[in-house]
Amino acid sequence: MLKTFPKGGVHPPETKLSANEAIQVLPIPDSVTIPIAQHIGAPSTPVVKKGDKILVGQLLAKSSGFVSANIHSSVSGTVQKIDNVPDSSGYKRQSVIIKVEGDDWDENIDRSKEVKDDISLSKEEIIKKIFDSGIVGLGGATFPSHVKLSIPKGKTAEILIINGVECEPYLTSDHRLMLERSEELIVGTKILMKALGVGKAIIGIENNKPDAIEKLNKVNDNSSISIEALKVQYPQGGEKQLIKALTNREVPSGGLPIDVGAVVHNVGTALAVYEAIQKNKPLFERIVTLTGKSVSKPANYLVRIGTPISAIIERSGGLPEDTGKVINGGPMMGKAVNFLDAPVTKGTSGITIMPDEESHRGIIKDCIRCARCTQVCPIGLEPYLLMTLTEKSLFERLEKNDVMDCIECGSCSYTCPSDRPLLDYIRLGKVTVSKIIRARRQQ
Amino acid sequence: MNKLLTISPSPHLHGDASVKKIMYGVIIAMIPAMLASFFYFGIGAVITTLVAVVSALLFEYLIQRFMLKKPSSITDGSAIITGILLAFNLPSNLPVHLVIIGAFVAIAIGKMSFGGLGNNPFNPALVGRVFLLISFPVQMTSWPTPIASRLTYIDAETAATPLAIVKEALKNGEPFSQIIKEIPSYTDMFIGNIGGSLGEISVVFLLIGFVYMLIRKIITWHIPVSMLGTIFIFSGILWLVNPESFADPVFHILTGGAMLGAIFMATDMVTSPMSIKGQIVFGVGIGILTVLIRTFGAYPEGVSFAILIMNAFVPLINTYMKPKRFGEVVK
Repeated sequence: MLKTFPKGGVHPPETKLSANEAIQVLPIPDSVTIPIAQHIGAPSTPVVKKGDKILVGQLLAKSSGFVSANIHSSVSGTVQKIDNVPDSSGYKRQSVIIKVEGDDWDENIDRSKEVKDDISLSKEEIIKKIFDSGIVGLGGATFPSHVKLSIPKGKTAEILIINGVECEPYLTSDHRLMLERSEELIVGTKILMKALGVGKAIIGIENNKPDAIEKLNKVNDNSSISIEALKVQYPQGGEKQLIKALTNREVPSGGLPIDVGAVVHNVGTALAVYEAIQKNKPLFERIVTLTGKSVSKPANYLVRIGTPISAIIERSGGLPEDTGKVINGGPMMGKAVNFLDAPVTKGTSGITIMPDEESHRGIIKDCIRCARCTQVCPIGLEPYLLMTLTEKSLFERLEKNDVMDCIECGSCSYTCPSDRPLLDYIRLGKVTVSKIIRARRQQ
Repeated sequence: MNKLLTISPSPHLHGDASVKKIMYGVIIAMIPAMLASFFYFGIGAVITTLVAVVSALLFEYLIQRFMLKKPSSITDGSAIITGILLAFNLPSNLPVHLVIIGAFVAIAIGKMSFGGLGNNPFNPALVGRVFLLISFPVQMTSWPTPIASRLTYIDAETAATPLAIVKEALKNGEPFSQIIKEIPSYTDMFIGNIGGSLGEISVVFLLIGFVYMLIRKIITWHIPVSMLGTIFIFSGILWLVNPESFADPVFHILTGGAMLGAIFMATDMVTSPMSIKGQIVFGVGIGILTVLIRTFGAYPEGVSFAILIMNAFVPLINTYMKPKRFGEVVK
């Protein structure tokens, strides 16, 4: 029997349309827009100004704290301006806009294709380098990676988990990465193991990607790295669910993976770590899936950060006639895009285009108390109750009912036969409850 | 690229579950038992079922149209379920006007007065049935004999149900081992060849519906199994203590509304608890109350009352029986 997490979860249609499409390099656009906040934490501080000549890989903005990340240029050219530009959700973000001229790379970056296997840097040097290279979690959460590698006092890391689950329907960027960059991924895993000082790593992959599992098993030359196939189940890519599935350890409520000795990194992050450590290449490009039922050419692209989303859509045959919604990410946890010229950022794992008929929600009906939301909640919460408590502004009870533990996977809204917007209300409740908690702590 | 896009928070996908699918799934699951009732009770069963369903739909429509002034929801299938379930709980020779009164009480008082589907604390069909049972006890406890009464309606030949026979005889001090010879065999009970309400008689056809609902994942096994298991164990203990003055556990499972209640009425999602733990407590509660009423109460049959009583406990159960949280910190 394949492993999976034991509680809750749903299995939406996988619809991995681009699973067999090899990664293509997307042409460099005429101009890129690079936001200075592409990560969770403090926005970084720009270190360039209008008119500066920039090389590929050059630092644009400096990390402004421990939980923050450096931002590097993905192109060579001239800084046109530093301005507030809408991101994909339409919020204006401070960004560096660069007019592209040629493709001149920082000379320290090793551009050879050869896979470098020997890890010469020490543990501390690795973490420093990861910080310098602006690496953040590439699964979508964009949490600065060096923070996860800096183990707080009193905790010990025992196991590294590499997240190759890709449980989001449609998305295939991690799948293609595992297939086409397997050797580098294994080296990246070894680097992360060294950085953490752990003797064991597991790469968890759902078994709807048998080719990736086979390939990684073939190239893996290290007995302390194991590749584990998992039963397909959403949201297995969530850290807590993945740790439970692979190690049967349960991250305590309100805790972090390190509380059970685990550190989880996405496969994309592991590859970025490889490139940073072995090739001296900071994070300025990533793999992005462009997909959707009506898209003429669903594909996986290697995209420079800052490329407009519209450029990727054009490359795959343009926006389909029947488009109703464009999603930054996958359909379960991605965000709806309302500005198509917004840039690809470090967290953009895919762009999913939904036809109009699938873009609208059903009419909300009364709760029939079928308990499906409770059954599918991977955290064991009662979404129907959390929604009602939010509606009635009963925030004290909302907090007592563990609303802050919600991972916002959306399984409840997905499964509700009455089309109730459970997660919308839970998010609303979480915002208010976290304000209350913060206010209480300040007292 | 200029196009008006839809913006909404995630998730952007929705599963294929809908209220209609669930309700019509339950209706499909009830069809085997319904056909069995037509087979055993003939015309009477057809008339009762039709009247119950049509009047349930009509009352729901009228209330929504003229009192609540809301769009009608009669196509969601829930009123049809209430109608069929009510008919399942009635004898096939019940006069039409009583069936209509039952449907009115079920829909108007049991369901719509609380705000319609999803808001009613008690199972509407049972509210209707218990109202009729208390108000018209004579008509509600005369049971046409199966097969023989196929072509008759009000004037059907009647006989007592096995539960009533056993209850009466045990009260008179007859030993159970003697009584068991005078009632229909367990095989007859299993296939439904006994007197009783329309839908409660044929264990096997109810079980077919149960399996169907399990496969379609409309319900989970927890309530039916905990309820029937409790009836079996509790009545089994009594029987082991004194095999002559108590009926055996198999008898309790096969007769009366045990199967119908466990499969179609206790599992009514609106009126049952939300967590698995809560559902088991609910099922156990119904089981205990059923055996208590059947063995020590005034009525030979206790499932309807047991379910309604436990319905009243559902909010309390929901408050105290929480699902186990992931990463629960033991305090």
